[in-house]
Amino acid sequence: MTQARPTAAPGTPGPAANGTRRPAPRAGAPTEQQDTVLQTPVAPDAPRPTRVDPEPATGAQSLVRSLEAVGCDVVFGIPGGAILPAYDPLFDSRLVRHILVRHEQGAGHAATGYAQATGRVGVCIATSGPGATNLVTPLADAMLDSVPLVAITGQVGRKLIGTDAFQEADICGITMPITKHNMLVTDPADIPRAIAEAFHIAATGRPGPVLVDLPKDVLQAQTTFSWPVETRLPGYRPTTRPHSKQIREAARLIGEARRPVLYVGGGVIKAEASTELLDLADETGAPVVTTLMARGAFPDGHRQNLGMPGMHGTVAAVAAMQKADLLIALGARFDDRVTGDLSTFAPGAKVIHADIDPAEIGKNRPADVPIVGDAREVVTELTAALRSSAVDRDTRHEQLRGWWEQLESWRQTFPLGYDDPADGTLSPEYVIERIGAIAGPDAIYAAGVGQHQMWAAQFIAYEKPRTWLNSGGAGTMGYGVPAAMGAKVGCPDTTVWCIDGDGCFQMTNQELATCAIEGIPIKVAVINNGNLGMVRQWQTLFYDERYSNTELGTHKHRVPDFVLLAQALGCEGLRCESKDDVDRVINQAMAITDRPVVIDFTVGADAQVWPMVAAGTGNDQIMAARDIRPLFDDPEAVQAEEVSRADRPVDGEGRAAQRSRTIDEEPVR
Amino acid sequence: MTTTHTLSVLVEDKPGVLARISGLFSRRGYNIQSLAVGPTEEEGISRMTICVTVDDFPLEQVTKQLNKLVHVIKIVELEPASSVQRELVMMKVRADAHVRSQVLEVTQMFRAKVVDVSPEAVTVEATGTEDKLEALRRMLEPYGIREIVQSGMVALARGPRSIAAHHR
Repeated sequence: MTQARPTAAPGTPGPAANGTRRPAPRAGAPTEQQDTVLQTPVAPDAPRPTRVDPEPATGAQSLVRSLEAVGCDVVFGIPGGAILPAYDPLFDSRLVRHILVRHEQGAGHAATGYAQATGRVGVCIATSGPGATNLVTPLADAMLDSVPLVAITGQVGRKLIGTDAFQEADICGITMPITKHNMLVTDPADIPRAIAEAFHIAATGRPGPVLVDLPKDVLQAQTTFSWPVETRLPGYRPTTRPHSKQIREAARLIGEARRPVLYVGGGVIKAEASTELLDLADETGAPVVTTLMARGAFPDGHRQNLGMPGMHGTVAAVAAMQKADLLIALGARFDDRVTGDLSTFAPGAKVIHADIDPAEIGKNRPADVPIVGDAREVVTELTAALRSSAVDRDTRHEQLRGWWEQLESWRQTFPLGYDDPADGTLSPEYVIERIGAIAGPDAIYAAGVGQHQMWAAQFIAYEKPRTWLNSGGAGTMGYGVPAAMGAKVGCPDTTVWCIDGDGCFQMTNQELATCAIEGIPIKVAVINNGNLGMVRQWQTLFYDERYSNTELGTHKHRVPDFVLLAQALGCEGLRCESKDDVDRVINQAMAITDRPVVIDFTVGADAQVWPMVAAGTGNDQIMAARDIRPLFDDPEAVQAEEVSRADRPVDGEGRAAQRSRTIDEEPVR
Repeated sequence: MTTTHTLSVLVEDKPGVLARISGLFSRRGYNIQSLAVGPTEEEGISRMTICVTVDDFPLEQVTKQLNKLVHVIKIVELEPASSVQRELVMMKVRADAHVRSQVLEVTQMFRAKVVDVSPEAVTVEATGTEDKLEALRRMLEPYGIREIVQSGMVALARGPRSIAAHHR
């Protein structure tokens, strides 16, 4: 390991990079804003008004008081012309803390990280025009991952709407397909109801982002504020209670199944159904697979957890679904990254599909037993139905004995693994595995998108819900740093790691300045392989190793130097380049709790994510490692074939012993 | 099998509701054949009649996705056999003194009305099913149709019941 410069002992400000660096703020210390401009200190736990009789207020005051009343304790945002009226009463709020971000995208992802870590609604604020359009990516991200978010945007004055005014953008039109709902408030008297409805829609049913667009003159107008308000949403009635007949039918199928799989999606985390899921798993005895959005919904340490299914899932999880006779999908949506080619996905399985969104049921895969309802209620009632059914628990477990023998053989033959790079460089998987081991299951991990995301999903053991945050549906590079920031704001006493890539990190690292100034001490591990690693992996596998525009120069030219960049942003900057130093540097970062830390883990560029189901192929074509394809149809079901030439160093080389049979065959590429 | 379905959709009369619905159809790749919208007996509630051409299976997706729109209150599919379906057309037909009586004869046969007349043309208004209006058009075409405007289909279920009855 080479470290750019000596680092200070924990608890003391880092040494000045050039003699003029400002001391890093300590956690809990007054922020710079508070130091300099006497902002009202925030006491988010102070009692909130439950009832306010109508009293005069400006639209802006009405907005801030509505946010206070609805329970919002923090907003991430940046002021600008059209939203400026709202920032004046916000300045005085003791209940709502505003965190000044450096880019609106950071505000959106921070609100998402906050929401995913806490389960509460995340809130972001931006001004009109470009401020609002910068929220488009995080809104689309939150839509695909069903994150409860409220975005508040300024809009040009009512008379200017539609005139191509300065900083005008039709943000309601722009975000219509990427929000659960949005609204333009044209009457200042409607502000409390709009905020109440926005929070209600965002948080209930299938959660999602809601945007509230507020023209400047609506914020400036005189109106009245009162609370509570009556919401008027005749078209919005999410179904949470599952139909009892469907539950009985599901229980019957479970009793008949010999090869069932509990296919657990992110809805289980959103419904806070993890405890209930443990009971259901125990009652059924069935294996559990947790999707990318559901890592942590069921403990990785549990014997029945086969890991993650899908494109980079474990062989055991993918094979279990392929060979299942019953899939019990709970808050999952049969995403293409899970199913691979739909026509060959789980061909022998009946499907019980429980989701709070009826439109997900049967969308991609027809369901034999559709259940519309909240995952926690479904899981609870399903467990109860099984307990009162004719087949008892022990019989059910006994029925699955053969299934478990097969599952165990897959699990033991094709465990997740990796080899140290042949060129002696640092293994990125090892780094991520060690971060997980040292920070432990109580920490929160937020990832960017790409190879490091998949490794973080694979090699960190998640034992609790809401400890794994990532951009699953949208695959938004740059999600990691701001999401970790939001999570840390929501869970200040929890260690929050961002596992980022050198590509992702360069998209949103400006929020580290926010973290440094606002006292949000996150830890960022930049898994720096010098490349857009996942794209490079595909170029290696599918484009003849022609590396078109994937090298970033963070190795070759050390541009940027992440240690110097970290220091410039008011963070501690560390570097680690060898395996022997990994634990020491992670522990060093763990000991720094008063400011954000960035570690540049300089890792090899050639490591690949395995297993892998190549895009467009069926899950039966899963490759356990490069050139190693499990043969599920073999009666022994523990064999693998070598499907490509093995005369060059590949990831799977170290597992040659597992190749019980070798067949010469054309490469699968 | 691809067929045309008629959906009756009760929506809140809010700005942008038409854009939300048409946007949903286009981004999910459903094809709108005709769309008509107007007020209902209840203030603040509009009714849309949407004719959509889809396979049977995606129709369920169409209605489920429509139902997710917060401003959509209720959706009912109207079967042709158990509902009355009407379109309105206005055609400006070239008709001078020589052929005017023939044009009027056709108009009467279809129980259509002449709503405007000038020395060179008459404007004919007709309501009916798609088939009837198509037949009228074919009959008037030889005289020379200068302009056609046609509404989207509106439809109402037969019998005493109302789709609005249970939406609250």
